[in-house]
Amino acid sequence: MLLELSADQEIFRDTTARFLTSRVPINEVRSLRNHPAGFDPDYWREGADLGWTSLLVSEEHGGGSVSGAGLVDLTTIAHEFGVHAAPGPLVPTNVVAGTLSAVGGDTHRPVLASLLAGTSVAAWCFGPALSTDGQGPAGPRCRIAGGEVVLDGTQRPVEAAGQADHILVTAWGEAGLTQVLVPTDAAGLSREPMRTADLTRRFSAVTFDGVRVPVEAIVGEPGDADDLLERQLQLAVVIGNAEAVGALQTAFDMTLQWAFDRYSFGRPLASYQELKHRFADQKTWLEACHAVNDAAAAAVDEGSPDAKELVSAAKAFIGDYGSELVQDCVQIHGGIGVTFEHDLHLYLRRVTVNRALYGTPADHRQRISTVLENQKERA
Amino acid sequence: MTDGTEDVDSFRRRARTWIHANLRPLAPDETAAPTVALPVQTEEEELAALAREREIQCMVFDAGLAGIGFPREYGGQGLTADHQRAFNAEIVGYEYPARLQAPTFSPCGAVLLEFGTEEQKRRHIPAILKGEEIWMQLLSEPSGGSDVAAALTSAVRDGDEWILNGSKVWTTGASTADWGLCLARTNWDVPKHRGLTVFILPIHQPGIEVRRIEMLNGSTEFCQEFLTDVRVPDSDRIGDVDGGWTVGTRWMFHERMLFNSPFVSIPVGASPGEVGAASIVNVARDAGRFDDRCVRDLLGEAHMLELVGQTLRRRIGRGVAAGRISEQSAAITRLFAGVSSARKATIAFEIAGSAGAAWTSDDGAAANCVDDFLMRQTSCIGGGTTEMARNVISERVLGMPRERTPDRDRPFRDVPRSASTRA
Ligand SMILES: Cc1cc2nc3c(=O)[nH]c(=O)nc-3n(C[C@H](O)[C@H](O)[C@H](O)COP(=O)(O)OP(=O)(O)OC[C@H]3O[C@@H](n4cnc5c(N)ncnc54)[C@H](O)[C@@H]3O)c2cc1C
Repeated sequence: MLLELSADQEIFRDTTARFLTSRVPINEVRSLRNHPAGFDPDYWREGADLGWTSLLVSEEHGGGSVSGAGLVDLTTIAHEFGVHAAPGPLVPTNVVAGTLSAVGGDTHRPVLASLLAGTSVAAWCFGPALSTDGQGPAGPRCRIAGGEVVLDGTQRPVEAAGQADHILVTAWGEAGLTQVLVPTDAAGLSREPMRTADLTRRFSAVTFDGVRVPVEAIVGEPGDADDLLERQLQLAVVIGNAEAVGALQTAFDMTLQWAFDRYSFGRPLASYQELKHRFADQKTWLEACHAVNDAAAAAVDEGSPDAKELVSAAKAFIGDYGSELVQDCVQIHGGIGVTFEHDLHLYLRRVTVNRALYGTPADHRQRISTVLENQKERA
Repeated sequence: MTDGTEDVDSFRRRARTWIHANLRPLAPDETAAPTVALPVQTEEEELAALAREREIQCMVFDAGLAGIGFPREYGGQGLTADHQRAFNAEIVGYEYPARLQAPTFSPCGAVLLEFGTEEQKRRHIPAILKGEEIWMQLLSEPSGGSDVAAALTSAVRDGDEWILNGSKVWTTGASTADWGLCLARTNWDVPKHRGLTVFILPIHQPGIEVRRIEMLNGSTEFCQEFLTDVRVPDSDRIGDVDGGWTVGTRWMFHERMLFNSPFVSIPVGASPGEVGAASIVNVARDAGRFDDRCVRDLLGEAHMLELVGQTLRRRIGRGVAAGRISEQSAAITRLFAGVSSARKATIAFEIAGSAGAAWTSDDGAAANCVDDFLMRQTSCIGGGTTEMARNVISERVLGMPRERTPDRDRPFRDVPRSASTRA
């Protein structure tokens, strides 16, 4: 997170921080593991009142940012989600709300309004967003027949599909990539719960078996979803990264405190140079994680030409170095670090699951290299 | 321009117009700054390159673009970090005086500005900004560089003068430099930090012998200096007598800020002193491996490290400038730069394939990647080692207990030393 937030951003962040501390203290997070949805509808509605779902939505549609840079504002919320290992579909709901506000049609307005109010959440099938070879994984396909869009195929994992009333689906059609907003109660749509390492987030495999929705459900133009998808991927990655960085910050702070408190051979762990140097590395990686994701968030908000590479650099770096950081926190805790009773694993889980979502570090390194493609021929 | 300060946009336009009209655009293969390994050049080549840099710097000065962050009364522009950033963006793709930036402008210029007397500043800072004076840091000694405060070079007062004796080492380019900033011991009867004083002195004078040292890649820019009864007027003392550590602490802060310093120009995207991601792309292309997925992964990693390093520098630079984090945090950027630079040198070497072992001039950028690999650790040693940076981060930034230091509270003359320097 930025070292210097504006006064308004600071109040905004702090409000969510206090809400999360009181509503989902860490033992509550632990017990939510048995909750079917992973979060309470009231919790989400109250969070929406605090602005969790409105930052990427235009004022005209009832949203609005704090600072003029909605994604940067949203990263302060996501950071607190990480700091508290908090539940709730922050990434998919915001990605879908932002998309519906930017390019959705009139039929999508009521859905947008319910996402803003927090009375429903949305899921996002991002399909082949990460393919570097233009093929992508076999996601859903779509065809247009008699005023209807027909969807077939499977997508996984889809966060919060089981809790969502609508899913924004990316599908291949004759015209190219197309996005469609599909109600989850549509005939032929099924959601198979998947297992995950995160205690409070839920994922499904979503299958479309001849699902039919009116063509008005298409978001944007048929065949025109490439740019939409790229933008959505950037949003999702930046939000997920900010959450991971928040989790890393807590894991680091906890471990540093532990090093001061824990003694061996008559001295605190913090007095051993070998461990001090590892903390120095951790601190450096942590600051670098903050720095690169903040720069990525600002670049996406500003529509800067280097947004794509910064976003992928942030994902690749936070994925790899964040994992090493939090695993080293486990190591420095010793045996207690691998118990369910200790809090550390809640942050380890968050960082780990986020690493594997929306492209692994290796996927994002490939994406960065495609940005360099124009330098392939000697100038 | 109400308060007389030029706004960033008009400054940018002025800089652009001048750069385009006066500086030579770089050829595609030419890097504006040296890579890890110092160049292997003859003394004539070294002097010619330096002469050109001095000439450019003088032109920059005459154009009113030198010393953007230095105050006007000393020949600078008295402008802000934003102006510096604008200049850094405009200079991309043009020749610029890369070697004068560090250590001449910073740390040396920065230390003079902070601790120099009015007379010292008026004499030297304009000369530095005109390219007339190239400065060196005379810090490290054969007895040790990490423990800078354990300097053995002695300065003894003699009337209005000081007499210096001792040896400094690992000074890059001392044989072609003009002035040195020198840390010396003025009191042996107090603990090490309390008996140091900083002096400035011309490098080329009878009492100083400068010897070139051959580095493992054949470069001879590294030097050792032997000081024998060098007389320095008291007016060339910087800071208080025995107050050298106050100066030294800030000196090292400026050194760790290096290319993050507001006193230094560096083209945006350039990575002086390391193998830049852009040059690794050239290696991949010239090695014919650009489309290899494994190579792509490495290219992505190199580019990632560079972007992360840039954004980290900005975060720490702003945080320090705004007083949000301690100055000791400069060690964070130092550590990151050292380690990531070493990794990038490895990546380039890996991508070069067998051209890393043996090459001909047909191998283009893939030729001689091995030199940067062999010299890889310089990025983790020069400017203070990465271990020292880790000490600073853990102890000074995170507040972890200090290492046991048997030298802290006893007169320096009684402190144990390396075997080779025991009298
Ligand atoms: C390219 C380059 C340019 C340089 N330019 C200059 C220059 O212009 N002017 C100048 O004065 N010097 C210069 N130096 C010297 C440089 O600052 C020193 O080499 C460096 O500070 C290390 O000192 P040393 O070589 O004496 O190693 P030592 O201090 O002897 O250290 C040896 C090893 O022990 C480690 N170590 C030492 N103390 C500790 C500790 N307390 N905890 C953990 N580890 C420790 C070090 O990290 C290192 O790995 C340059 C060096 C290089 C490589």
